[in-house]
Amino acid sequence: MSKTEQDLMSLPKKKFKFMNLAWIVILVAGLFVSINVTNTHLSELFANFGQFTEIFVQMSHPDWSYSSTVIPLLLETIKMAVLGTLFGSIVAFVYSLLIARNIVKNKAVTGTLRVIMNIIRTIPDLLLGAIFVAIVGIGPVAGILALSVFTFGVVVKLFYEAIETIDPGPIEALIAVGANKLQIIHFAVLPQIMTYFISYVLYAFEINVRASTVLGYLGAGGIGLYLQQTLQVFDYAKTGTIIIVIIVVVVIIDYISSKSREALMR
Amino acid sequence: MNTTYKQLPPKPVDMKKKIIHWASTILTIALIIWSCIGIDFSGIKATAAQIAGAIFSGILHPDWSYVYNGSGEDLVSQLWQTICIAFLGTFISAIISLPFAFWAANTRHKKWYASRSGKIVLAIIRSFPEIILALMFIKAVGPGSAAGVLALGFHSVGMLAKLFSEAIENLEDGPNEAVTSVGGSKTNIIMFSIMPNLMPALISNTLYRFDVSIRSASILGLVGAGGIGYPLIISLQYRQWNRVGIILLGIIVMVVIIDWISGQIRKRLV
Repeated sequence: MSKTEQDLMSLPKKKFKFMNLAWIVILVAGLFVSINVTNTHLSELFANFGQFTEIFVQMSHPDWSYSSTVIPLLLETIKMAVLGTLFGSIVAFVYSLLIARNIVKNKAVTGTLRVIMNIIRTIPDLLLGAIFVAIVGIGPVAGILALSVFTFGVVVKLFYEAIETIDPGPIEALIAVGANKLQIIHFAVLPQIMTYFISYVLYAFEINVRASTVLGYLGAGGIGLYLQQTLQVFDYAKTGTIIIVIIVVVVIIDYISSKSREALMR
Repeated sequence: MNTTYKQLPPKPVDMKKKIIHWASTILTIALIIWSCIGIDFSGIKATAAQIAGAIFSGILHPDWSYVYNGSGEDLVSQLWQTICIAFLGTFISAIISLPFAFWAANTRHKKWYASRSGKIVLAIIRSFPEIILALMFIKAVGPGSAAGVLALGFHSVGMLAKLFSEAIENLEDGPNEAVTSVGGSKTNIIMFSIMPNLMPALISNTLYRFDVSIRSASILGLVGAGGIGYPLIISLQYRQWNRVGIILLGIIVMVVIIDWISGQIRKRLV
C-alpha cells in the first residue's frame, strides 16, 4: 500500500479542542474532591452488600395482612395530594396572570413578583414539609400546605411561560373594541391556555402523589408515617408491603394522568 | 337609531365532547369534595402564626456566625458537602443510566417486549421513594454522605435513563447508514455516528438532573444521609430560628447559583 492510500484509509483526525480538555480536567477534579468530601468508598458498599440485599429479600416477602392497615392512610395521602394540588394551582393561576409580561405591562411589578416566585421554587418539597410540621404541628395539614407551596412553584413557572407564548391577535382585537383587563383575560387569554393549565395541574398532581407518600416520614401526614414506624422496628416485611402499595398507586395515577394529558393536548 | 344585528349561525355542538367535558368536571369536583371529608383541619397548633413569624424573623435576622467557623460543621462546609453528594450521585447515575437507556429505548431494531420491559423497570425505580433508598443504604454503609451519594445515584437512574432513552429514540438513522455504507464497523458506528449525535442531549439531561439532585441532596440529610438537611432538622427541633433562617438562605443561594450555571452551560450546548 502506498503512503497516500494509507492516508486515505486512516480516519480523519479530529481537531483538538482546548475547552474539551479543560472540561474533562474539571470533571475528574470534581470527582476526586467529591469522593474525598463525601467519603464514599464502593468497597464499603460491597463489603456490606449482604446487609443491603438482606433488607431487599425481607422486603420482597411482603406482609399482605398489613395492607388493610395501610389503605386508610393511603387514601389520606391521595387526599393530601388532591388538596395540595388544588390550593397550589389556584394561587398559581392568579399569580401567573400577574407575572406574564403580555398581560401586566409594568416591569417593576412582574420583576419583583418573579424574584419571589424563583425563591419559592428553589425550596425542595420535603424541606417545605419539615418547615410546615414545625409551624402547624404534626398532621396532614402540614403536608397539604407543603404540597400547596410546592405545586405553586411547579405550575406557576410552566403556566406563565405558556401565557407569554399565546397569539397576541385576540388581545389586540379586544383592546381595539375597548375591553377592560378582566374581559381581555376572559375572552382572549383563557381560551388559548386553559388546556395547558389543566395539563400542568395534572403533571403537578403526579409529582405531588409521589412527594406525599414520603411526607409522612417527617410527620406531615399520610402513609409515610407507617414507613417510619416499620423501619424503626426493622419490620422490613411490612415496609415492603407499604412500598409495593406506594409503587402501584404511583404507577396507576401516573398512567391515568399522562393518558388524560395526551387526550387534552390532542 | 335603527341597527339591525346580524344573526350569527349557532355554534356547532359536539355532543360527545360535551358529555366528556361535563363528566370530567363532575368527577373532579367529586374528587375534591371527597378529599375535604375526613381531613382534620382543626389540628393546627395555636402557635402556628407565632412560629411562622419566628421563622420569618429568623430569615431576616440570620445567625451570621454560623456561616463559617472552620469546624467543618458550619454552613459553607455543609453546603459544599451537599454539592459533592449531588455531583457524585449524578455521576454514578449517569454511568448506570447509559445501559438502561439503550435497553429501554424503543428503536426499530428491537422486539417490542425488550423496550417495554426496560420502561417498566425504570418506572419502578422512579417510584421507589428516595428517602427509603437512603435509609436502606444507611443500614449498609452507615449514616453519612456516602449513603446519600448511593441513594441519589440509584434513584436518579429512573428519570435519567428515561430522558436518555428518549434522546436515543430521537436519533436519526441517516448518519449510521452513512457510516455503514462507507464500510464502518459496529464500533465505528458508535464512535462516529451515535456518540457525537447523542452527546449534547446526554450532557444537557445530566446537568438538568444535577439541578434536581442538588435539591434532593439538601433533603436527604433529614434522614441522616449527609448534607445540609441534618443541621436544618436539628435546628428546627431545637427552635433555633436564626439558624433555620441562615440555612434556608444558604440553600436558596446555592440552588439559584447552581441553576444559573447549569442553565448557562445548557444554553451553550443547544
